[in-house]
Amino acid sequence: MDNKRKYVIPGDVVTTGPFRPEQNVILEGDKIISTTIGISEIYDDSVKVIPLTGKYIPKINDLVIGKVISHTSLSWELDINSCYVGFLPAQDVFGRDFSAHADELASKLKSGDLVAARIANFDRTRDPLVTISDRDLGKIDSGDLVKISPSKVPRLIGKRGSMIQMIEMATNAAVTIGQNGWVVVSCETPEGLLKAKKAIEMINEKAHVANLTDQVKEMLEIKDDES
Amino acid sequence: MGGRDATMVLLDENGIRCDGRKVDEPRRIMIRAGGLKNADGSAYIEFGDNKILVGVFGPRDVHPKHMSDTDTGILRVRYHMEPFSVGERKNPAPSRREIEISKVIKEALEPAVMLDKFPRTAVDVFIEVLQADGGTRCAALTAASVALADAGIPMRDMVAAIAAGKVADTVILDVNNEEDQAGQADMPIGYMPSLKKITLLQLDGVLTPEEYKKCVDVGVKGCELVYELQKKALHDKYFGKGDE
Repeated sequence: MDNKRKYVIPGDVVTTGPFRPEQNVILEGDKIISTTIGISEIYDDSVKVIPLTGKYIPKINDLVIGKVISHTSLSWELDINSCYVGFLPAQDVFGRDFSAHADELASKLKSGDLVAARIANFDRTRDPLVTISDRDLGKIDSGDLVKISPSKVPRLIGKRGSMIQMIEMATNAAVTIGQNGWVVVSCETPEGLLKAKKAIEMINEKAHVANLTDQVKEMLEIKDDES
Repeated sequence: MGGRDATMVLLDENGIRCDGRKVDEPRRIMIRAGGLKNADGSAYIEFGDNKILVGVFGPRDVHPKHMSDTDTGILRVRYHMEPFSVGERKNPAPSRREIEISKVIKEALEPAVMLDKFPRTAVDVFIEVLQADGGTRCAALTAASVALADAGIPMRDMVAAIAAGKVADTVILDVNNEEDQAGQADMPIGYMPSLKKITLLQLDGVLTPEEYKKCVDVGVKGCELVYELQKKALHDKYFGKGDE
């Protein structure tokens, strides 16, 4: 698997042959061409490129961290670090018996508040519809916001969550990762908070390095001895 | 403009041009991807004495709203020359020439970018010419395509550009300011090297059909040289020098 990985830029031919083009590749004749800067991966029957740059594109069921920009009498608008704004209807918070006269939206969420939300629906024609009516979703009261590049979120999570589990174990911090590249870190001790933030920023900078897990582990351990 | 010598020899008997280059030799080209923190993507190019900085934003909301397209994203390009970019102060207001070049660069980039993935958004490309010495549109197009890739805009291919031309009845590569002013023809070419498609082709001057074909061939070869440097710039930024 690893020997098939390649660094590619737009226009590079990833491979030729009967493969199914997946993310960030197009089929041009019998050539499979990358459309972005990233790392190509060839599977048995398909090819994809993991991007290293670019904005967040909403996908249904993604967990995102949003910041409330404004509200009307019927809905909130969330900045979800994308080219589209997240649309959060008031019914989602107040329930089915929401009334535009009786309920004041600002009483639940003010502009500037951070919320953990899920993309409920999104297609080409409308702005993404988000929901906060689920377990673990809703307003975020405490923690620090760290912004990383959305294309590096998979790296931060690691294989089956290995990277983020390691950071949480080493620092005792709780980390909420939004697929849109916004991450909320909360921790009881300020040292743990600082260390977790530093680890996340390190992953953001060195996402393309091969043995990053070991490097992060090393960094987390060195700090332990000093404090 | 400048102290152009009326008796200057554009091409001497040994096939050496006024700045010491051979007929098929481009000027020194340096491209750097990134560099601007606040832009989503950026690039800086030095193409001989041309110095051009490009910033890309987007995909982002379209303002004014009526410009947005529900089927696809739109590309907006602004080519601008600094007042100090040429010998005599240039009025910073957009001139007729700058408006034309903005449009030409936009249309040269459009076949490469895939904005149908981002309906109702805009991608803005800002090109600032810090220093001009002939062939700025090609250099600007080259840098704009690096900046778009840096911003993560999906692209079918990079666009590389260079000018071919004719001085002293000889077809040359990479026309500089003197050759543009005193030469017989100038042909900027934008080219997508992997797809082998031309996206920009202009011609100022008179060429015979044979010379025209030769100019295109020379220009396309030049674009392939430029493409290698674009590739290197992006590799240096994203994959580290000598990594892999």
